Amino acid sequence: MEKLLVSPNPHIHAPVSTKTLMRDVIIALIPAVICSFVFYGWREILVMAVSVASCVCLEWAITKYMLKKPSTIGDLSAVITGILLALNLPYTTPWWVVMIGAVVAIGVAKMTFGGIGQNIWNPALVGRVFLLVSFPTYMTTWGAPQGVMDAVSGPTPLGAIQEGLMQGATVQELTSAYDYKDLLFANLGGSAGEACALALLAGFIYLCCRKVVKPWITLSIFATVVLTSLIFWGINPARFTDPIFNLLTGGLILGACFMATDYVTSPMSLWGQVVFGVGIGFLTMMIRYFGSYPEGVSFAILFMNSVVPLLNMWFHQKKFGRK
Amino acid sequence: MSKHTFSIGGVHPHDSKISRGCPICPLPLAPTVYISVAQHIGAPSVPCVAVGDKVKVGQVIAEPGGFVSAYIHSSVSGTVKSIGPRPDLAGRPVTHIEIAVEGDEWAEGIDTSDTLVTEIPEDNKAIIEKIRQGGVVGLGGATFPTHVKLSPPPGSKCERVIINGCECEPYLTSDFRTLLEKGEQVVVGAAILAKVMGGVPCTIAIEENKPEAIAHIREVIAKLGYTGIEVMVMKMMYPQGGEKQLIDAVMHRQVGSGALPISVGAVVQNVATALAVYDAVQKGKPIVDNSVTVTGECFPNQANLLVRVGTPLRYILDYLGGIPAEAVKVISGGPMMGRAVSNLDAATVKGTGALLLLTEAQTRRAPESECIRCGRCADACPMGLEPFLLQKLSRSANVEALEANAAQDCIECGCCLYSCPANIPLLDWVRMGKGMAMGAIRARAAAAKAAAEAAKAAPVISSEVEKSKK
Repeated sequence: MEKLLVSPNPHIHAPVSTKTLMRDVIIALIPAVICSFVFYGWREILVMAVSVASCVCLEWAITKYMLKKPSTIGDLSAVITGILLALNLPYTTPWWVVMIGAVVAIGVAKMTFGGIGQNIWNPALVGRVFLLVSFPTYMTTWGAPQGVMDAVSGPTPLGAIQEGLMQGATVQELTSAYDYKDLLFANLGGSAGEACALALLAGFIYLCCRKVVKPWITLSIFATVVLTSLIFWGINPARFTDPIFNLLTGGLILGACFMATDYVTSPMSLWGQVVFGVGIGFLTMMIRYFGSYPEGVSFAILFMNSVVPLLNMWFHQKKFGRK
Repeated sequence: MSKHTFSIGGVHPHDSKISRGCPICPLPLAPTVYISVAQHIGAPSVPCVAVGDKVKVGQVIAEPGGFVSAYIHSSVSGTVKSIGPRPDLAGRPVTHIEIAVEGDEWAEGIDTSDTLVTEIPEDNKAIIEKIRQGGVVGLGGATFPTHVKLSPPPGSKCERVIINGCECEPYLTSDFRTLLEKGEQVVVGAAILAKVMGGVPCTIAIEENKPEAIAHIREVIAKLGYTGIEVMVMKMMYPQGGEKQLIDAVMHRQVGSGALPISVGAVVQNVATALAVYDAVQKGKPIVDNSVTVTGECFPNQANLLVRVGTPLRYILDYLGGIPAEAVKVISGGPMMGRAVSNLDAATVKGTGALLLLTEAQTRRAPESECIRCGRCADACPMGLEPFLLQKLSRSANVEALEANAAQDCIECGCCLYSCPANIPLLDWVRMGKGMAMGAIRARAAAAKAAAEAAKAAPVISSEVEKSKK
């Protein structure tokens, strides 16, 4: 008698896997990566190469020699962590600092918790924040773009403003140095991922169109940042920066589009995602206005990552035929 | 043209209706048929023939074994050879009546002509009795006895009859062909159902990927002059043909957990059931055959066949050239909700709508990897459940939490597993969880009933005790 395969339904599967989803995220990041190469030149290519290679090799080594499990690098998630980590660093970061960041991101933040799907915090952000507090000199020496574009040199816009405010200048005087068109197209000092807002947004729109991510987290971050800064700026424009400036600086777009939307570390339900986004937006603005770090997206996302299990417990999707 | 669909979840598998061009052809009679006594939900029927009896096509060979049960008729003429257990599609032993085919002689009183009878009998009770006598059960998959569905509990009122012509499962085309080839009969069947339910309006729901059927049925309704029957064009979306989903799509009402469609005023019947109702009421013809789609990319001789109930699957496949070497799985039904066949010697039942052959590449499950918490399963679930959560609860057998998170509402449509990028066997686990939750609910209901009876019995006992004291 012929052999028949017998298994429960469904008998077919959608053409989707973890790998295809991650591949789409990588495709979405390509415009931003290319922009960062163009603006910051070969040193950015070096940072990117070291970061991606370290992340992938480390995950492979940990699964093979420590966990003794089949390798998970084929799902491409380590590549994304590598790219995001590199986009979060200044292009002047020494290669060995990048490697330490990768060790923390993959080794500590991801594999310690059991690898993909198990981590509580976004690995690339943990790596980045670790470097920020351990190597503040490297991490805050932002070089101006040195690629093909003419560039303004100096610290990041948010850093410059915080410095300026401490010296008694008003926000209007300080922001007058910046042209918002430059912010959108990236002509400023900052981490590589802050390079080009338009490239990041294009990638994000691609992800939404491919239905890889839903826009709710990102949109609620943007909306909260705009609303919060509108209120403060409306009250005292000499002390607080305006909404558009806040949207376009400090890696907010990179964070909102690619870090906060990480599947593993964000809530599952619609309302959970909205609350998550509002939390990130609000915390970011509080840190920026009142904190000691000039920008707060990383800390805000990491904080909200920690409450995701609660959000998943509190917010469920609407069930059919139930109140 | 506005297009309707249900409000929560759903997926878009490729519709793969490769056999849509194949007209329904009668399959030559098999030399022997094996007719199961458990072809419907409810109590198995009780055989009323003996070995050696001569039977005719349409003759009753098994009687209902309870209220929720159905008549079973011989699908062939010949001699009863044996009555006894025989493995069904899944390999479980079920009582079958084996009949050796001799000629094709139909029982008295069955109109086998093609003449369309549009005069609907006046008496609703007589109509329902004819449906019961015809052994009509829901042919959309659940095989629930139709006469029971048409006798709603007192106090409930039907407001609309919905004829399910969605055929949202990929590959299946038998309902589509039925709509095209037997459109008049289906529409008259729909009119009968609407009349029985109290002259309510009737909606025939057809998905947009069947424009020929939509146009044809609209034409038929106009030609026959029915005013209470309309065609509703549905957006393509699986599982639109699910009873609760279809009611939501057509009437924008959601049937509650554990409730019946009639609780929101709806009665849903499949296209094939409407045809069976027509046959039973207008022609006196019980269910002795049904259309079966035989399909699959690897199967060269696609067909829609009119198959007598009880025909062995192997006979059907051999008639169409046998199973190709690359086919590894034979599915009774569609790829989303159908059942994998383990036994090709099993025979068709009334509800057999399709045989689908899939290759290893099409059906092999990829290895399971870690959940990445993408939430695609929850987005896909048409019941608004969270399969990622339910599978975890099921793995840890947390019955209380399973029930609190509505595992019992699962309709087993397969959308979660279909859309999971990590290939986690979500439905397998959720189905187990559903079983646990249902078990808890039933146990509670049984305990409550027992307690109520004990309370009722208690005064009697105490009075008897008093009597004995005297």
